[in-house]
Amino acid sequence: MTVPEIGAPRRRTEDTRLLTGRTRWTENLTPAGTLHMAFLRSPHAHAKLTRVDTSQAATHPGVVAVFSGADLADEQGSLPCAWIVTDDMKHPDHPPMGVHEVRYVGEPVACVVARDRYTAVDALEKIDVDYEPLPAVVDMEAAVAEGADLVHHDLGTNKSYTWVYENGDVEAALRDAPVVIEREYVQQRLIPSAMEPRSVLCVPEGDEFTLYSATQIPHILRLMLAVVTGIAEHRLRVVAPDVGGGFGSKLQVYGEEVIALLLARRLGRPVKWTETRSEGNMTVHHGRDQIQRLTLAAERDGRIRGLKVDLLADMGAYLMIVTPGIPLLGAFMFNGIYKMDAYSFTCTGVFTTKTPTDAYRGAGRPEATYAIERLMDELANELGIDPIEVRRRNWIAHEEFPYETIAGLTYDSGNYEAATDKALELFEYDKLRAEQADRRDRRDPVQLGIGVSTFTEMCGLAPSRVLGSLSYGAGGWEHASVRVLPTGKVEVITGSSPHGQGHETAWAQIAADRLGVPFEDVRVLHGDTVIAPKGMDTYGSRSLAVGGVALSAACGKVVEKARTVAAHLLEAAEQDLEFRDGRFSVRGVHEEGTTLQEVAQAAFTAHDLPDGLEPSLDADATFDPDNFSFPHGTHLCAAEVDTETGMVKLRKYVAVDDVGKVVNPLIVEGQVHGGLAQGIAQALFEEAVYDADGNLTTTTLADYLVPSAADLPTFTTDRTETPATSNPLGVKGVGEAGTIASTPAVVNAIVDALRPHGVRDVPMPCTPERVWRALRGEAGAR
Amino acid sequence: MIPATFDYTRPASVDDAVRALSDAGEDAKLLAGGQSLMPLLRLRLAFPDALIDLGRVDALREIRDEGDTLLVGAMATHHQVIRDPLVRAHLPLLARAAETVADPAVRHRGTFGGSLVHADPAGDLPAVALALDAVFLVRSVRGEREIRASEFFVDWMTSAMEPDELLVGVRMPKLGSGWGVHYEKFHRTAQAWAIVGVACAVRRDGDVVEDARVALTNMGPVPVRAGGVENAVRGRPVSEGTFRSAAEHATEGTEPPSDLHGSAEYRSHLATVLTARALTACTA
Amino acid sequence: MPRVRVEVDGATYEDDVEPRLLLVHYLRERLGKVGTPVGCDTSNCGACTVLLDGMSVKSCSVLTVQADGCDVTTIEGLGSPGGQSPPATGRSVPAGSHPLQRAFHEEHALQCGYCTPGMIMASLDLLRENPDPSEEEVRAGLEGNLCRCTGYQNIVRAVRRAAREMRELAERVVTP
Repeated sequence: MTVPEIGAPRRRTEDTRLLTGRTRWTENLTPAGTLHMAFLRSPHAHAKLTRVDTSQAATHPGVVAVFSGADLADEQGSLPCAWIVTDDMKHPDHPPMGVHEVRYVGEPVACVVARDRYTAVDALEKIDVDYEPLPAVVDMEAAVAEGADLVHHDLGTNKSYTWVYENGDVEAALRDAPVVIEREYVQQRLIPSAMEPRSVLCVPEGDEFTLYSATQIPHILRLMLAVVTGIAEHRLRVVAPDVGGGFGSKLQVYGEEVIALLLARRLGRPVKWTETRSEGNMTVHHGRDQIQRLTLAAERDGRIRGLKVDLLADMGAYLMIVTPGIPLLGAFMFNGIYKMDAYSFTCTGVFTTKTPTDAYRGAGRPEATYAIERLMDELANELGIDPIEVRRRNWIAHEEFPYETIAGLTYDSGNYEAATDKALELFEYDKLRAEQADRRDRRDPVQLGIGVSTFTEMCGLAPSRVLGSLSYGAGGWEHASVRVLPTGKVEVITGSSPHGQGHETAWAQIAADRLGVPFEDVRVLHGDTVIAPKGMDTYGSRSLAVGGVALSAACGKVVEKARTVAAHLLEAAEQDLEFRDGRFSVRGVHEEGTTLQEVAQAAFTAHDLPDGLEPSLDADATFDPDNFSFPHGTHLCAAEVDTETGMVKLRKYVAVDDVGKVVNPLIVEGQVHGGLAQGIAQALFEEAVYDADGNLTTTTLADYLVPSAADLPTFTTDRTETPATSNPLGVKGVGEAGTIASTPAVVNAIVDALRPHGVRDVPMPCTPERVWRALRGEAGAR
Repeated sequence: MIPATFDYTRPASVDDAVRALSDAGEDAKLLAGGQSLMPLLRLRLAFPDALIDLGRVDALREIRDEGDTLLVGAMATHHQVIRDPLVRAHLPLLARAAETVADPAVRHRGTFGGSLVHADPAGDLPAVALALDAVFLVRSVRGEREIRASEFFVDWMTSAMEPDELLVGVRMPKLGSGWGVHYEKFHRTAQAWAIVGVACAVRRDGDVVEDARVALTNMGPVPVRAGGVENAVRGRPVSEGTFRSAAEHATEGTEPPSDLHGSAEYRSHLATVLTARALTACTA
Repeated sequence: MPRVRVEVDGATYEDDVEPRLLLVHYLRERLGKVGTPVGCDTSNCGACTVLLDGMSVKSCSVLTVQADGCDVTTIEGLGSPGGQSPPATGRSVPAGSHPLQRAFHEEHALQCGYCTPGMIMASLDLLRENPDPSEEEVRAGLEGNLCRCTGYQNIVRAVRRAAREMRELAERVVTP
């Protein structure tokens, strides 16, 4: 081959249908006879349901049936939580539709099924519900205080669990170290806001069901639907057609999916539901929402002695699929890229009467990275050292890998020096520092700040054994199949389920590379439990680092089988064959040999195969990594802060990421760009706001401010390439890096701009008003 | 979400429209560009029994030169206003402010009259109309009357129009020569509503401020004319000092709201800062 | 029920519709034009952007009855006739596609693709008004279209790339 496929900036094969409006969104599928669901949702944060009268709605013309939670109480089960993080974790029942009580605004209480969507929505207004309001529990600190109102009365507490990790004597470090920095940071609640709203369609076929859903996890969803409803797993097929973004929000088993399945069974007709944005903002699981109490101890030379982390993590009203585990993913990341002697981490999961939280892009690692990277800037300031320098004094040097961290992980590889040097050069760090000094001297009302974030993260989730040790309910392997068809064309089946990343392109590149076939000759199939029967789906930047490696292994098996066939055809010894550019030939012999396609055809006809060899040229492989992968990078942000209004404008953003070996640099760059946008949005724009009564006040995109092109800067991105050693492709994963790194870079820049004014923190999102209040000395003010 | 049901009529003339409005009673709503109304209907925050679609009343789209004044038809879209040569020549402040409304697709549909009648204090154009001493021409079956901008906005999302009245157009005196204009819109994202906006026009005579018009967006339940600021700059030298001290009057008579995007206290601060900036921009 | 006559992507349709029927639902559910998706209910996201008589509108904020007598262009009507069919070999974007579709493909200006139809229709409107926009003008021109995947950078590149190509094509037509 002239151009190696792995590493080539292939344009995506997915694009054709997406660019021409021929996409298969779940909402685009409407089989004949489809009925439409609409949900009546609680307007109260917390209330007893004393009466749900659906009789008027049931007689509305066009309505087929109306169900309250009580109507389905015997069959709807409880939505699953697959991560029981401690033996004594409090884990309340979570019916898909409220039966006796509702605990967040938006929780479904009844469902109309009608001939069309308009009718279904109209009939909602004819359902009569009596609520007996109960106290809302909105504030986490109040929720854990003595005598607090309870979200789940029968649990007797709002604490779900307390999870502790300790290594070294952190109390001694805090006591003895000459420099101790204590801070409290708040990770505000975010709404993932994938552009495609959730959508589900369930088609009954006798006693079998096909459920189409805008989900990241068709395989897990099938298993969980079987567990929740009791419908046998082998009677269920789940299809994730084209899925329009997820960012963790579609890594979930939602009540509406369960209800669609139950009602399709009950009514014997296809049943469909698509949420509206305002409905989704209330009911798609939210992300982040932590109060972080942090203490960092260091020597006067900047060397970190110890770090103590004490978290309150808002679970919302219920535990969903991995709700309690999300903050614990951060437990392994608060130490960042730094060496230290002692570390302790305590996290208490807290119930509130708000939408449940769960994975959102980064899931635990952004929160941790934010904390440590903000603290490193605070430490630098405290000591009067440049923030880059204080990091250099603490980070793991490139020759120290593999390195066992204080949090108990083994970082296999990395080169923080190289990424940082490259970033500093692209950023023109010294020049911007000079401009900053000049603006300070001139007392320019627009001050310049520089923010640093030297981050790492753990992805490639995950080694199954590690997940087991953390009491997670499943493994972390991934599966791939490769079939070489008789014509030499190749079908790849992956258990990884994309929702916009570009698997169809990148997986084809891997297969083309490994099999020596043209890129165009590979088709990638996914997202359907019938087509791809085994899989663990897509989250945690795992697709390439686990699923891509599985594919590479399956290709290797195909080549080995093909070698056996080729040796037979060429009448040569297997060890004398070389395989190059899709062709087997006898080493040192100038004959044409035989192509993979010829081998595939021979394997298909099976007229003349070696004894004992099975026909057909295909193979399966499952990969279970023995370690996580650890992408890292250095991000630098220059922010202009208008000290009169508090407005922040990002002037320059440089991201140098090390994601290991790269299969497709275009896709990698795109992932970084998108990640940056979301991380910057957390720093500057987005927050799910609840009022004191527990009403979500940011139910629309007019109030929940997702930034547009006009609100974001142009990014400068580059890479260093330190291969992962934990997998044979040397890849690490890139889906979350930009989000994880950028939030602290931006806030560090804002605080850096304002340090001469005595500002040492601005709570997120750093709205103009909050910046202005920080300038007036009101830290922590809204 | 999906609107509740309503009756629909589409008159072809102003006469037909006001008759339809009169016939339909209090629970009818006029549909102009729909860019404020449609989201309200979809979220079921508004339940009109009938919509009277003005989309085919072409006469309402006209922008006419009346000598000393311009008459901008109520159904002139923001897109039309921004590009109209008469508006650009004689009421550039209006063109400037209209450019900041929402986004291009919304500006293609949304109308000048619609956003005024909607009377949202966070809307950009009510303050502009106030600054420009606009006169609102309204019609009903009972006849025609004029309402001055200073009397048009009576409360939050409430105008002085009666339920059976239709806004035909808005008459605004041409600014004449020597005016500099600026609309200072402060918002968190490009699409977001103004936290505070300052509509400003300043006429200078050499180094002296001859006249000024200043009105504020989202500093109360209705747009606020900053008369104190205007008085404080008239006859004063064009200088940053003049503008900064005049801007101290910006909060007079305001009742800024506190909401998700800003507290009353912060809005008051912004009004002062942004007014000074707007005055400066007008004379730059 | 009012009767409407609408030309959509070159074909004329006449239908009786409920007055409250949103244009986007008419396109999707009555005409099967599911290429135009819905992303919000407040006209903020722009996913449903189409051209109405040549100008971009958010089809979730227009009633079908308001579009009576109008010409609607959706993402499915872009490109030259027959341009939508897949090419004989390979799977890149069809040769007959619109320069914006090609540029979005070349510049990797889409990931999940949900915003893409609206983004392309808004870009088309932008280039109609300004055939040679600066980066800043593209960003401002797309302020009404949200994308959650790309961070917009490649979208901006793609729009400017398409603008170049469209200008070159226009010049070639003028001076053969």
